[in-house]
Amino acid sequence: MNMIQAINSAMDVMMDRDSTVVVMGEDVGFFGGVFRATAGLQKKYGKNRVFDTPITECGIIGVAVGMGAYGLRPVPEIQFADYIYPALDQLVSEAARLRYRSAGEFIAPMTVRSPFGGGIFGGQTHSQSPEGIFTHVSGIKTVIPSTPYDAKGLLIAAIEDNDPTIFFEPKRIYNGPFDGHYDTPARNWGGHRDAQVPSGYYKVELGKARTVRAGEALTILCYGTMVHVVEETVTMTGVDAEIIDLRTLVPLDIEAIEASVKKTGRCLIVHEATRTSGFGAELLALVQERCFYHLEAPIERVTGFDTPYPHSLEWAYFPGPVRIREAINKILKD
Amino acid sequence: MSDSKQIGAESSPEARRNLPPLSLHVPEPKFRPGDTADFAHFEIPPAGSTPRPDEAAAAGDMRDLAYGLVRVLDDEGQAVGPWDPKLPAETLLKILRAMALTRAFDERMFRAQRQGKTSFYMKSTGEEAVSVGAALALQRDDMCFPSYRQQGILLARDWPMIDMMNQIYSNKGDRLKGRQLPIMYSAREAGFFSISGNLTTQYPQAVGWAMASAARGDTRIAATWCGEGSTAEGDFHSACTFASVYRAPVIMNVVNNQWAISSFSGFAGAEATTFAARAVGYGIAGLRIDGNDALAVYAATRWAADRARSNGGPTLIEHFTYRAEGHSTSDDPGQYRSADEGSHWPLGDPIARLKTHCIALGIWDEERHAAMDVELATQVRDAAREAEKNGILGHGLHHHRMETMFEQVFEDMPWHLEEQRDQMLREAKAAGL
Repeated sequence: MNMIQAINSAMDVMMDRDSTVVVMGEDVGFFGGVFRATAGLQKKYGKNRVFDTPITECGIIGVAVGMGAYGLRPVPEIQFADYIYPALDQLVSEAARLRYRSAGEFIAPMTVRSPFGGGIFGGQTHSQSPEGIFTHVSGIKTVIPSTPYDAKGLLIAAIEDNDPTIFFEPKRIYNGPFDGHYDTPARNWGGHRDAQVPSGYYKVELGKARTVRAGEALTILCYGTMVHVVEETVTMTGVDAEIIDLRTLVPLDIEAIEASVKKTGRCLIVHEATRTSGFGAELLALVQERCFYHLEAPIERVTGFDTPYPHSLEWAYFPGPVRIREAINKILKD
Repeated sequence: MSDSKQIGAESSPEARRNLPPLSLHVPEPKFRPGDTADFAHFEIPPAGSTPRPDEAAAAGDMRDLAYGLVRVLDDEGQAVGPWDPKLPAETLLKILRAMALTRAFDERMFRAQRQGKTSFYMKSTGEEAVSVGAALALQRDDMCFPSYRQQGILLARDWPMIDMMNQIYSNKGDRLKGRQLPIMYSAREAGFFSISGNLTTQYPQAVGWAMASAARGDTRIAATWCGEGSTAEGDFHSACTFASVYRAPVIMNVVNNQWAISSFSGFAGAEATTFAARAVGYGIAGLRIDGNDALAVYAATRWAADRARSNGGPTLIEHFTYRAEGHSTSDDPGQYRSADEGSHWPLGDPIARLKTHCIALGIWDEERHAAMDVELATQVRDAAREAEKNGILGHGLHHHRMETMFEQVFEDMPWHLEEQRDQMLREAKAAGL
């Protein structure tokens, strides 16, 4: 399966198992979503459970909060993560705090799916990575898969979870892994070890990172599309790096991070989102707080730049192999 | 030269000197402090004069109702016209009593705030009919998504006052564990959704709840309330779109009490049209009603509920009323509005009007009313004393355990919150707490 099919399968499995799961969003019904992630679901489960919505993100999320309070498990789709901002108040002030403020009387067990990230010539409004906005908020979980297997298992776990969850789908790797070389032909998931996706139910637990590759020279913390770019760069350079795919940012697998950095003594953090106050800053602080006496070199960050995503200069913005390689060399120099 | 300067130059008066200058209209209320209020400019149709369409009527056939004013009680306290819900004496007195209780509750809690027992309070004086009339016209298991001035819903649904007061005092009896600003109740059992301080966020939530109920083939409906000022919020319009598109079984109440803190209703668009008329553009049934007339509120709510329950879709009701007091205990309306506005309000006081009606019917009298007021004040006082035994705000000994601060952020506590909780407990120990 490719990642789209895996995500579709996760919703299919959960809708089949639990009649309270409903799927909603712009174009998700009859058409099956602009990326086809919800294809076939309306036909199978009916319009009461899979339906198109008006183009109002704050309405989609606000309605999902009410549905959650009623006792349903909505899986709303925000068509592009860039459009999540009109829904921000409903997510941040309402969904994230409903359990807390009502002392458990009401909950908002929703999973907000949204394609995010660049590398598709999407310009400023189809390329952003807003995960840092949500990791800053108390009461909301943030999940980002990097493989079809994880996408399905994590999405099932998120839908079953009773907390509101943001599920960011790295759209650059929907159809195949992306190694950061934009000028080489696109690959597909066929044959990839993590594209063997069981058709039935399974879960990938939230809050558990994945060791993509064990190594001794340095630890690289990454997630989403960047996992593949990092892996390719490491393979190319031949450096013995340990690559950790975080999979969920909140809750974060601090044990895996700590164990790896204490072993390697060096740490590189890679994400596509803009740098300042990005999630990399939090990771850097955590590693510094917990692993300082084990560090052999300053922690480095490779990120997008602090500009809007520029359409024509996308590849200058994208944190690709060159930027990652340079950071690895800098860390290993000491 | 910057880009913006160039754009400015193009549209400057010099560049187009043959055109008259544009002017910006900034609304201004008719009366400010020192002015004598006069509401003669309001069009107040006689009670009983507004037709009552069938609950199943098409929204497009009742547009006039969005610009009129449904009134049942006339100036003599008679219930007249097609909207008279013809309630039995028992129900009339129940509404009267719940409104009087709401006022007594407000009085006591306002004083408690002034006595330093809590941080904040918001009275609903003058608007008691809006919440009480609606609550009693709905089924007990319909879900209400209120704003912050509908405490009358809980009182009308016989929710224990002590529970409300514990919340106001944020004490150890507060089921919400002292996490919410006073008056931001949550009472699932009473069909009362957790109140948010962010305005009108409850509107799409109510629509979502109603959609869920419809999708599941349930029979329960949802109702929600917001102020006229916050109809300007995007959430209001998102909610109207959803409600209209899916014909959600929801009642959307706009409480037009004329003032959003110090901004008069003109800043939400009242100079241009009515708030009930918002419904017209969405193809929703819209009713504009006398919000100080408990029978009009009851009748309109029952009409809208019947419409929703028979899959006729949503109704938007504008309750035309007046905020007789300040916005909250932190507000002084004397600074921005005429002092005698309230006394000149042409639609009177909702409790006085229903009382007159009940007396005219021969089911009530001044003596019984006075006795009821005393009885309710005593009830409220006794409840307050009981609640105060659980503590008042700011007296640390009566708070919930400190650890509760970290509970229910998530269903299960993640490691970072455990660490922060342990830090807090260490600090407390070091401080000898």
